[in-house]
Amino acid sequence: MKLPKPDTYFWQGNQACAEAAIVGGCRFFAGYPITPASEIAEHMAKRLPQVGGIAIQMEDEMSSIGAVIGASWAGAKAMTATSGPGFSLMQEFIGYAFMTETPCVIVDAQRTGPSTGQATKCGQGDVMQSRWGTHGDYSAIVLSPNSVQEMFALTIKAFNLAEKYRTPVILLSDETIAHMREQITVPQIESIGTINRRKPKLKENAFFGLKEIPPMPAVGEGFNVAVTGSTHDEHGIRFTADPLAHRKLVGRLNNKIRNHVGEISDFEDYNTEDCRIGVISYGCTSRAIYEAVEKAGAKGIKVGSIRLKTVWPFPDKIVRKLAEKADKIIVPEMNLGQIYYEVERASKGLAEVIPVNKIGGGELITPEELLNKILKEAGKND
Amino acid sequence: MTENFSIRNYLRDLKLPFCPGCGIFTIMNSFLRAVHELGCEDLSKFVFCSGIGCSSWIPSPYFVADSVHTPHGRSIPVATGIKLLRPKLNVVVFGGDGDIVGIGMSHFIHAARRNLDILVIMVNNMVYGMTGGQVAPTTPFKAKTTTTPYGSFEQPLDSAKLAVAAGACYSARWTTAHPNQLKESIKKAIQMKGFRFIEVVSQCPTAYGRRAGFKNIGEMLKWFKEKAIPIRQAEKMSEKEIERRIVIGEFVQRRRPTIGENVYAMIKEAQVNAR
Repeated sequence: MKLPKPDTYFWQGNQACAEAAIVGGCRFFAGYPITPASEIAEHMAKRLPQVGGIAIQMEDEMSSIGAVIGASWAGAKAMTATSGPGFSLMQEFIGYAFMTETPCVIVDAQRTGPSTGQATKCGQGDVMQSRWGTHGDYSAIVLSPNSVQEMFALTIKAFNLAEKYRTPVILLSDETIAHMREQITVPQIESIGTINRRKPKLKENAFFGLKEIPPMPAVGEGFNVAVTGSTHDEHGIRFTADPLAHRKLVGRLNNKIRNHVGEISDFEDYNTEDCRIGVISYGCTSRAIYEAVEKAGAKGIKVGSIRLKTVWPFPDKIVRKLAEKADKIIVPEMNLGQIYYEVERASKGLAEVIPVNKIGGGELITPEELLNKILKEAGKND
Repeated sequence: MTENFSIRNYLRDLKLPFCPGCGIFTIMNSFLRAVHELGCEDLSKFVFCSGIGCSSWIPSPYFVADSVHTPHGRSIPVATGIKLLRPKLNVVVFGGDGDIVGIGMSHFIHAARRNLDILVIMVNNMVYGMTGGQVAPTTPFKAKTTTTPYGSFEQPLDSAKLAVAAGACYSARWTTAHPNQLKESIKKAIQMKGFRFIEVVSQCPTAYGRRAGFKNIGEMLKWFKEKAIPIRQAEKMSEKEIERRIVIGEFVQRRRPTIGENVYAMIKEAQVNAR
């Protein structure tokens, strides 16, 4: 075993992701080269064999996530990493992983789309795709880090949530966080909590129901588990026409996430105590808020921020609470407005929701731009 | 041993969904007989992966075994993850021609190239049966299907030859009119290592036979028998002569290091060097 030693390092976001995955228990990686996620595959290819794991480059993104799902059913914690175009190709299997309750982690290091777009430039255009990308009724767990240190923490958290809720978890990174190098402290490994999926007891045979989160056997353990992406009962037997079977299964699969939003949600509250203007941000864009909020505060404006570490399930209650306090909520994003609509929905008209959007060339929203927007909305743009 | 063979021992107590006269019954029977004759009283040493289509329902969920029923064409990638992590299990993929060499063809070629240690049994009914009989990559030239009402204007694929070119350790083709050869071939393939491929040309009376002009299942099986030529004989014939014939037999048998063997050797080395 060769886990990273507790120490301070100067790492790239993608490297932090790979090291954290190994600490979190990941022992299988399959991926396909794509900017800006390739370094995760490269680090995993080097590091996983050292800890007895397997990293393989597959022929495309579909087979990458397919192999990850196979590995998960073979009992391993498994991960793949990609960017927008590959993430689109993985959607079919993301729905399958949801339907079959297969824990796995999918990293999407966002770049500028649609299509090939600006392949090496940062963007945040996949937020809605990470929630609604696959077909059918489903619920997603999506985490969004904003630093190399947080990439480490949220990668481990992604594995823990995947194992706990038996569902695919998406780590929604972006080119900036993926490629940025920062100081990072790796804590004592023993201090990091890792969760493992619940295994069935000898006589248990319902791996797809009865309980909210059923136990999960691995293949080859003698449980004769029947895994299918078709609608099935608690034993994995297909019911392709029965309306009740479908409602029961898909209802439970969604509820096991929707009923635990509070537990899953993770966010950072900064100065929202008595704010009149709120900023809601996530990922790389959120790095601009601190300076903007501080400078606006120095000018006597009561401004606070909420930074989402969990983007999905959307923390309606937290946003609603902010909307009750603030007159205006500013939502900066490197897209043409995605989380903006969610904020508007969740604030129920209690606050005016104002988007700040910037796309193209990987240009980040700067603290100055955000500050000017805050000043303008506070009526102080003289 | 064959005397005490009961197919029920290997099947869940569920009603099979296949049409009367479907070739799948023959293939299911041949496979489970092969397993039985190899001395396996149950399927505990196997894991089955399949995609979408009638033949993907052979193991899932009917076999009393671990089975993973994946999206269309994606059984081989899932089998890759399983086999790499659990090298001791016999991983068997069942799929149709549309599943394996249509939508999933790239995975098929790459698994053969990697020499992934799995057995792929492809039921080739020459048509997309489950969706009602559309043209497939294996549909004979000029055959009428629902999406080629004037006859197919494409050339069909020779999957068994493709497997050889891609690096398979074993590749064979039979028809449902050759159940004994099929059973023996399955027995042999199960005991071999590396990427193994068996194509079974099979009748789909519902979605193919009636449109292609066959009056009954017997006619289809007769057609298989008449069109089939052993590979040794075919080798001496011109391309023109074997056109529209079904070449049966074993196309390749060889030993190459599997990806699993290579990966675990690499891991061992990496762990020693990491100390």
